[in-house]
Amino acid sequence: MIPASFEYHRPNDMAGVLSILEEHGDDARVMAGGHSLIPMMKLRMADVPHLIDLQDVGGLGGITVGDTITIGAMVTQSDIILHDALADAAPILREASLQIADPQVRYMGTVGGNVANGDPGNDMPGLMQCLDATFTVVGPNGERKIPARDFYEAAYMTGREDDEVMTAVSFAKPAGGHAYEKQKRKIGDYATAAAAVQIVKNGGTCASASIAMTNLSDTPVYSAAAGDALVGTSVDGDAIKAAVGAMLNDIDPVEDNRGPVAFKRHVAGVILARAIERAWSRA
Amino acid sequence: MKDEAVTREDRVASLKGMGCSRKRVEDARFTQGKGNYVDDIKLDGMLFGDFVRSPYAHAKITNIDTSAAMEVPGVLAVLTAADLAPLGLHWMPTLAGDKQMVLADGKVLFQGQEVAFVVAEDRYAAADGIEAVEVEYEELPVIVDPFEALQSDVVLRPDTVGEDGSPSDGAHGPRKHHNHIFTWECGDKDPTEQVIANAEVVAEESMYYHRTHPCPLETCGCVASMDKVNGKLTLWGTFQAPHAIRTVVSLISGIEEHNIRVISPDIGGGFGNKVGAYPGYVCSVVASIVTGKPVKWIEDRMDNLMTTAFARDYWMKGRISATKDGKITGLHCHVTADHGGFDACADPTKFPAGFMNICTGSYDIPTAFLEVDGVYTNKAPGGVSYRCSFRVTEAVYFIERMIEVLAIELDMDASELRKINFIKKEQFPYKAALGWEYDSGDYHTAWDKAMKAVDYDGLRAEQKQRIEDFKAGKTRKLLGIGLTHFTEIVGAGPVKNCDILGLGMFDSCEIRIHPTGSAIARLGTISQGQGHATTFAQILASEIGLPADSITIEEGDTDTAPYGLGTYGSRSTPVAGAATAMAGRKIRAKAQMIAAYLLEVHDDDVEFDVDRFVVKGAPEKFKTMKEIAFAAYNQAIPGVEPGLEAVSYYDPPNMTYPFGAYVCVMEIDVDTGVTDIRQFYALDDCGTRINPMIIEGQIHGGLTEALAVALGQEIAYDDMGNVKTGTLMDFFLPTAWEVPNYETDHTVTPSPHHPIGAKGVGESPHVGGVPCFSNAVHDAFRAFGLRQTNMPHDHWRIWRTANELGLHD
Repeated sequence: MIPASFEYHRPNDMAGVLSILEEHGDDARVMAGGHSLIPMMKLRMADVPHLIDLQDVGGLGGITVGDTITIGAMVTQSDIILHDALADAAPILREASLQIADPQVRYMGTVGGNVANGDPGNDMPGLMQCLDATFTVVGPNGERKIPARDFYEAAYMTGREDDEVMTAVSFAKPAGGHAYEKQKRKIGDYATAAAAVQIVKNGGTCASASIAMTNLSDTPVYSAAAGDALVGTSVDGDAIKAAVGAMLNDIDPVEDNRGPVAFKRHVAGVILARAIERAWSRA
Repeated sequence: MKDEAVTREDRVASLKGMGCSRKRVEDARFTQGKGNYVDDIKLDGMLFGDFVRSPYAHAKITNIDTSAAMEVPGVLAVLTAADLAPLGLHWMPTLAGDKQMVLADGKVLFQGQEVAFVVAEDRYAAADGIEAVEVEYEELPVIVDPFEALQSDVVLRPDTVGEDGSPSDGAHGPRKHHNHIFTWECGDKDPTEQVIANAEVVAEESMYYHRTHPCPLETCGCVASMDKVNGKLTLWGTFQAPHAIRTVVSLISGIEEHNIRVISPDIGGGFGNKVGAYPGYVCSVVASIVTGKPVKWIEDRMDNLMTTAFARDYWMKGRISATKDGKITGLHCHVTADHGGFDACADPTKFPAGFMNICTGSYDIPTAFLEVDGVYTNKAPGGVSYRCSFRVTEAVYFIERMIEVLAIELDMDASELRKINFIKKEQFPYKAALGWEYDSGDYHTAWDKAMKAVDYDGLRAEQKQRIEDFKAGKTRKLLGIGLTHFTEIVGAGPVKNCDILGLGMFDSCEIRIHPTGSAIARLGTISQGQGHATTFAQILASEIGLPADSITIEEGDTDTAPYGLGTYGSRSTPVAGAATAMAGRKIRAKAQMIAAYLLEVHDDDVEFDVDRFVVKGAPEKFKTMKEIAFAAYNQAIPGVEPGLEAVSYYDPPNMTYPFGAYVCVMEIDVDTGVTDIRQFYALDDCGTRINPMIIEGQIHGGLTEALAVALGQEIAYDDMGNVKTGTLMDFFLPTAWEVPNYETDHTVTPSPHHPIGAKGVGESPHVGGVPCFSNAVHDAFRAFGLRQTNMPHDHWRIWRTANELGLHD
């Protein structure tokens, strides 16, 4: 559990980060909270000869709440939980963050690291897809914006280039009811299945619904069809069943220590149904 | 000299003796990060050793090239079996009478097996050196199933085949097959078969008690320091039995025992994992001899989970017979025990399956037979007693499941069935069918108290309603009521039948009273968190009348502590605690002579009273123990040697038999398999209670480890012998979040043969807890036809049970 030797860089601005990335290419990786990368290095599953710590780089923190909500990449899950204005504007973020790992990890783990790493077990990617967030990355050619729903290609493979750094996530202030429902084996575990749901209610019917699932494929799964199955309905039992059915067409879980595929698919359906019910009750 | 304002009760209280919830004296350093663990030991010039481990579960090693590793900066040496062979140290004896490779000798038998030992200036250089060692493997067929092992032509251990090709004899008799280790039989075979054949009712069930791991928070490790000038080896380590380690090191290294000093410093939990001898110890010693410098070896978490001693892995098949009205008549148990690549069980030598023969449990079963077959597979060695006396968790799980299965067969309430069959109070001492003599018990009283405390009838009524609601579609949650009545067998043990490698399992205490009335006592045991420095001082306080706060307890240094067999199997209080009381009584006997001399009366005319000797019939005439202690060092008393010291080596006449009644009330979500413990009630009877607060802490800890094992904790392998649960991401270690509230309760049935009547408690909650949690899961599904489903009851396995019972249709 000891990493191979590496060079530690701690630049104090983004220009410094980008120049180190340019100089060392594949041999360099940036680190935010380090809670995904450091264990991989200790297991010697990740070889990072040049580690760039983002702690001293300015401009990556801060939470701005307005019609658009922007969260800096270095904002921690703990910061999110403690931010009351954010919790009022987008309560699903606090609900989800409280289900990530444990307090010690949440003090260190960042939004940017969580979404940029491309680990299908992470909770923020699915959440950001549910919120239709946009990721901002900066690279040698300047800033670029990538929709969360287009960002994830495969496990640890994303739309970010190796020489680019995630700087912020932003999304329109969500409307309606929300829920983040997660089943896990214990505190600190990745999800057996998790569902992020935002629903807008108009009169007695569903005006819009956004649904994303976590750890049920090699990427987070935004299921447009599941959301569509609810729109125009009164979100009754049949509608929920239709949404679950649509979601099951979109996920592709694999067997692991949490259980076999049949179990995961069943639980995914149960978790989504519960999330929809809770979100609808809040809409 | 008169202190009339001080009552006798005050004097008793000021001693903080037995029965007092004295705060733990250890906690000041532990809670402030001031403990001194093996990895805190830093010596001048100390080197660090670490292992190259096999990625394969079964492979031939065709070549090991260490040249590149030797080029890594900081790497000083790389040891392989070839280096150890000339010293005869490439294999070492196990506690079970088998032998184990220290470093891979031509082949590997499990994933993670030690292949080479890299010695470097620090642990970072060692880790880089490991990467640079090139090992060529030729993969061999892997066997992870013990039943397959007994059929297979694949020979796992070449030393199990004789010259004529037939299986050679093992340490415990003939082998049935080359991958077979031993057969251990107990009880009456033919009479048991007859009773079962003629019985009115027979319940039959197979169950697998999965492989798991004790996973102490501190992993295993050591520091070896060979002083070539004075020829003395000092070995610090995470040893649960430091004296036994000293003797073993002497026997296998040839270093005379007086030149070996073994020190167990603070230990961060053992739970059986730190009883045996590991290759890391041998390699560190050899590396220190070779380099002339101290060498440290510390496992990381993956090393610990993958290679140091596992627990359980018992395939148990039972038949239990009874009359139609529920009186049990016979019990038959067969176990196929998966021991992995080497038989490294830590059991008393004559008991290759430990005390599995306590499997008749708390019940008056007249006829029984037990047969255990040990088998080699391509898994890590071990088979230790994880927070239990030797294989007692397996035994109790077996009988408590068989009782539940019999209740189903009889269509009877499981509590009622237990009550019909409990050994009655007046039957003690009770000679069990498989040989043990239970010293004492009062099971009906404990059980009735437990049933009343949880309102058992009310719970069953609620459960009945719940089942109706479930069937009517009103709820998706089931209610399980888990019952367990366990009987432990701890305190190994009487030298006449308990030894490890020929070392009798007595224990010891040596006391020195200082002139000013304080004392130091040293024991042959070693605390790993049990609070010995607190509780043994309390035993002495009550025995010798000096305040516990004035008594230092010291353990773990073989140069100063008397010889003992260490701490595991809940043996410290039953054995060393008895030695402590007996040594205290020797102190008291001498103090009586001194007091009589000082009071100018005959020895028989004084009597002990809390903290003093008083003249019989004249309580105003007395000498306190503090005064007596001083007199022992400044008075010339005719016929009495100066000083006040005593030593006792205690060979217990019998084991002790703690028992308890546990109830678990569990909610189960049949759609997700998620469980929620609504209530857990634990009544323990550990005989005389020394420190109720520490007992309660032990019960909370043991129940939490029971919850872990029952609900998710396992060492799982895939078909290729890869460990699937090698990190804490997948190996379930519960946090505060997963742990329910525990209600503790007790009855007190003192052990009749123990000097203070104490029986030991550390392991009871684990032994009783595992079947209680498991029975709750089973009970929830009983109404839907479930008889047996194997642990761990994690979400997906519970979901599978619900699914197979058609509850998702």
